[in-house]
Amino acid sequence: MYKNFFRYLISAIFLLGFSVNSNADFKVGFVYVGPTGDHGWTFQHHEGRNAVEAAGIKTTFVESVPEGADAERVIRQLAQSGHDLIFTTSFGYMDPTNKVAKDFPNVKFEHATGYKREHSNVSTYSARFYEGRTLLGHIAGKMTKTNTIGYIASFPIPEVIRGINAMTLAAQKVNPNIKTKIVWVFTWYDPGKEAEAAQALIDQGADVIMQHTDSTAPVQTAEKAGVWSFGQASDMQRFAPKSILTSIIDDWAPYYVERAIAARDGKWNQQDTWHGLKEGMVAMGPYNSAMGADLVKEVEQLQKDLASGKVHSFTGPIYDQKGNILVAEGKVADDGMLAGMSVYVKGVEGDIPK
Amino acid sequence: MSLEISFIGILIGSIMASSVPLILAASGELITERSGVLNLGVEGMMIIGAISGFALMVITDNLFIAIVGSMLSGVIISLIFGFLTQSLLTNHVATGLALTIFGIGLSAMLGKNFVGIPGKEFPILFSSLRESIPFFGPILFGHSIILYFAFTLPFLTNYFLKKTKLGLVVRAVGDSPVSASNQGINVILVRYCCILYGGAMCGLAGAYLSLIYTPQWIENMTAGRGWIALALVVFATWSPIKVLIGALIFGGITILQLHMQAIGFRIPVQFLSALPYLMTIIVLVVISRDSRKIKLNTPTSLGRIFYKEK
Repeated sequence: MYKNFFRYLISAIFLLGFSVNSNADFKVGFVYVGPTGDHGWTFQHHEGRNAVEAAGIKTTFVESVPEGADAERVIRQLAQSGHDLIFTTSFGYMDPTNKVAKDFPNVKFEHATGYKREHSNVSTYSARFYEGRTLLGHIAGKMTKTNTIGYIASFPIPEVIRGINAMTLAAQKVNPNIKTKIVWVFTWYDPGKEAEAAQALIDQGADVIMQHTDSTAPVQTAEKAGVWSFGQASDMQRFAPKSILTSIIDDWAPYYVERAIAARDGKWNQQDTWHGLKEGMVAMGPYNSAMGADLVKEVEQLQKDLASGKVHSFTGPIYDQKGNILVAEGKVADDGMLAGMSVYVKGVEGDIPK
Repeated sequence: MSLEISFIGILIGSIMASSVPLILAASGELITERSGVLNLGVEGMMIIGAISGFALMVITDNLFIAIVGSMLSGVIISLIFGFLTQSLLTNHVATGLALTIFGIGLSAMLGKNFVGIPGKEFPILFSSLRESIPFFGPILFGHSIILYFAFTLPFLTNYFLKKTKLGLVVRAVGDSPVSASNQGINVILVRYCCILYGGAMCGLAGAYLSLIYTPQWIENMTAGRGWIALALVVFATWSPIKVLIGALIFGGITILQLHMQAIGFRIPVQFLSALPYLMTIIVLVVISRDSRKIKLNTPTSLGRIFYKEK
């Protein structure tokens, strides 16, 4: 808590310094929820920022900004100090972003993974990570010996629940006996806790560990325990070379460059972007040879089919935990339903925390 | 399956591992407080120990240097606190808080180049015995040497305070620095030593996290464990053995609640997350009801500034 206060003080001083001489230049600001060195979520956004810099556009960033009231202060600082386009890169920045956008109609805002566009200068963008989860589920279903998949979840928001469901549906398809055990850690980033959660799941019989948190602690725990795992947000292979089967990689760079250039040239429009494997916003890390050549081939084919639209992650019939039908046979879930997903599908154990 | 006897052994083993940083930091802080000094900088000293230990490991590739270095870094940073509070007579609470803010900021700066480097495997002792003996194997064997040290420390601390002359001196300084000073004890020197010792233990606690528990450097990786260690000292009414019990309960319930989730207990997750804090306080309050003993253990002059008139 104090760390952040200290940081804001420093960043505030910096930003004040910037605002003196920069009104003429076009500038892009980034707000990150974690440190740029997390080798996960924030790391990938930072890579995107680097691409924008490389395209010759000036950028600034503020890292480790907690979601909530603190975020609003940081976003406001960026807007006040002459930034023309601001990327806010975490779900919890949704309301702060819209609030600040109202007061700065000339500044453009891009909010990641949210759904609120209350003002014409706010766009939202996200990636169809669930397509990656489908591939993970397929692999996990084939690789598990104990039929138990351990899932470290962060917060009960649609994004996370969608991932759990997509993974479970795909795993069930190749292995009907699959069980998904979920541990909620209520943090995006606490290596100690993430490691403990991974260990608890392993002790409870999970031999495949999956995470929707940002640090590399779970894959390292899996490596030590000799079970399988998957990298999250960026290629985490070198942290657990034996254990990682593949990673879901978020590639924001092309989108960031495109939007920054559009804003600079006055061609920026409000939009809601949801890109997946097809556009390359979701990419997969190298497949571990321990999967065997057949499974790798199978998964690569599935990846192609998901990208081309031949296969959809949420194809009916899909039932909720009580057995009510969610998606009818032969239909696929529409984006509205995916965006607001708040129930588990059949086969997931436990309740969603309220 | 989940209630097999061998599994309980593994569970107890991981609970012990998770409580090590709390035991180390709280035992160090306990000595500091028994000498009458309240150092709220535990979190800051721990995080400095974590980054120093990890950085030294990466640079020298020598775990011994890393461990000793992390303790030294704790000593150095606590020396700042000692100088301010003992020589310049600043307020303990404010200085301690500043030390935590300083430590977290400084560690983030020092650690910039060490983020994302995989840590080295720390050697564990008796790993073959761990596998071969059911139940007791995972409890008693296959841990790092720091864990064995941590579990001996509260007993050593207890012995030191109760049975040795130096321990008596520390307690005297904490209870009545004026009378101790009149007896010819150098109060400031004793307090300096206790502050530096506390710093060393906090540094070691931090290094345990970055070298052994989750071998990597990550900003703010102590994640509030220093504050929990501080609270443990108070709720354990300054008794080393109760600090050990408290740390085990806290570590235990933290791990257990994750297991309960994994097993699928239908208890609200938020309640489970709050459970470690609740249970630790309840248990320590219940076992510390003897007011005579509390009076005996409480350093009467805790946090008061002492200076010698010349």
